Amino acid sequence: MAVSVRIPTILRTYTGGASEVSAEGATLAELLDCLEADHPGIRARVLDDTGALRRFVNVYVGNEDVRFLDDLATPTPDGAQVSIIPAVAGG
Amino acid sequence: MSAPTVEPTTAPAAAPADTAPAPDPRLREGAFGNATALACRECGHQVALGPFYACPECFGPLEVAYDFPAVTREQIEAGPRNIWRYKALLPVPDDIEQSPNTEPGFTRLLEARNLAAELGLDKLWVKDDSTNPTNSFKDRVVACALSAARELDAKVFACPSTGNLANAVAAAGARAGMKTVVFIPSNLEKPKQVNSAVYTDKLVAVDGNYDDVNKLASEIAGEEEGWAFVNVNVRPFYAEGSKTLGYEIAEQLGWRLPDQVVIPVASGSQLTKVRKAFQELVALGLVEDKPVRIFGAQATGCSPVSTAYKAGVDAIRPVKPDTIAKSLAIGNPADGIYVLDICRETGGAVEDISDDEVREGILLLARTEGIFTETAGGTTVGVLKKLVETGQLDTSLETVVINTGMGLKTLDAVADRVGPAATIAPSYSAFVASGIV
Repeated sequence: MAVSVRIPTILRTYTGGASEVSAEGATLAELLDCLEADHPGIRARVLDDTGALRRFVNVYVGNEDVRFLDDLATPTPDGAQVSIIPAVAGG
Repeated sequence: MSAPTVEPTTAPAAAPADTAPAPDPRLREGAFGNATALACRECGHQVALGPFYACPECFGPLEVAYDFPAVTREQIEAGPRNIWRYKALLPVPDDIEQSPNTEPGFTRLLEARNLAAELGLDKLWVKDDSTNPTNSFKDRVVACALSAARELDAKVFACPSTGNLANAVAAAGARAGMKTVVFIPSNLEKPKQVNSAVYTDKLVAVDGNYDDVNKLASEIAGEEEGWAFVNVNVRPFYAEGSKTLGYEIAEQLGWRLPDQVVIPVASGSQLTKVRKAFQELVALGLVEDKPVRIFGAQATGCSPVSTAYKAGVDAIRPVKPDTIAKSLAIGNPADGIYVLDICRETGGAVEDISDDEVREGILLLARTEGIFTETAGGTTVGVLKKLVETGQLDTSLETVVINTGMGLKTLDAVADRVGPAATIAPSYSAFVASGIV
């Protein structure tokens, strides 16, 4: 079983234009490894040089920001929806 | 002769204007005025002017970069009494006044002698943006976003909002004859819902907090063609509208900068733009350079920036908001780190107060200056009071406090705290017996 990952516009060059791709992994970190294998270059856009989530990217598992969960160790169970979204100022 | 290009506040040196990316040929010449590109605040990477808001290299926020012409005080003063008097400094075309808009700005800067005396300040002004067309500062940013949406030929004008922005987008879209769709948290104050729904039949209430609504809007913006989400995909243009608050404060003080400013912090964008405005005015030779201490105000129930400031850290940990100051209830403020930088760099601070103190702040401003502010303004005034009491603000310096919105939108916050001092029979003796005077 796979996890569905929503890809923001600025990363779709890595997914051949696809707005949603499938990936596998028990945690967000493993999921990003899988994404990188299928779409080389994408992980370095999401993680910074220290391997942490970039400051201006928000990643959600379901509707919850992973910063409220376990960050990169957040579980990504089968059937989960993961969204990668650039942070935006509010209003 | 061109004036110097003004760099984004904390960005690395951006590329010179002559290396800016080629504009989209579908855009008319001058569509974004003197703007030359969108530049990443984090890494300086530039992209062409368009509906883009995140850096393709590092996800950092994009900001408008300009090649400003020489601008004089006289040229500005000869302009209309709204934000378009500063159009040379905004990403809007030179003929912007020909397009229907709500024409916000040039709101009153009131000297607040009574409040100053109450708090022990020597000189205090209130920049009162509750008098904008939909009664908040959001009309400024939306006017700029509407211009961008038009120039980009957007079909739908939209936003996620904590209320004030929804009001402004719905009204401006109606006046522009554009279809508007506004998204709000379903638990928003009723007056703010009504103030949007009167202008548009497409008000969407989302079960969740503002950050949930924001996420949804970001996803829609990535999928739907022709939508201009004012604070998502046209955010760089939108955010520039907040600069006009800074321009007006300086012009209304007689073309000089104040010593201290207290500004509410939601996403943090407004505070960064007021700072940017001051820096631009200095760079353009319109005001003399001087130190300006900048202070941020949050409600304790949603104070991720204040918490980081007090902890002395650079990273901002998102929170789940729980405060009556709903227009400041952004738990994951994208510009929060810049607020930290600016407040620290200028010798200011970020402070927060409880909901009870927010209510006290509303009443304090109302009963000293006759200005009825919403909860965000109550937060700002309450924080001003706290900054004085804790010695963080220098009472001998000239201070400006920004009131961003109108109290009628958040009546419930104080409705239980005020009311008749007495209910009496219609007779003189009953009045005397009441002991009112």
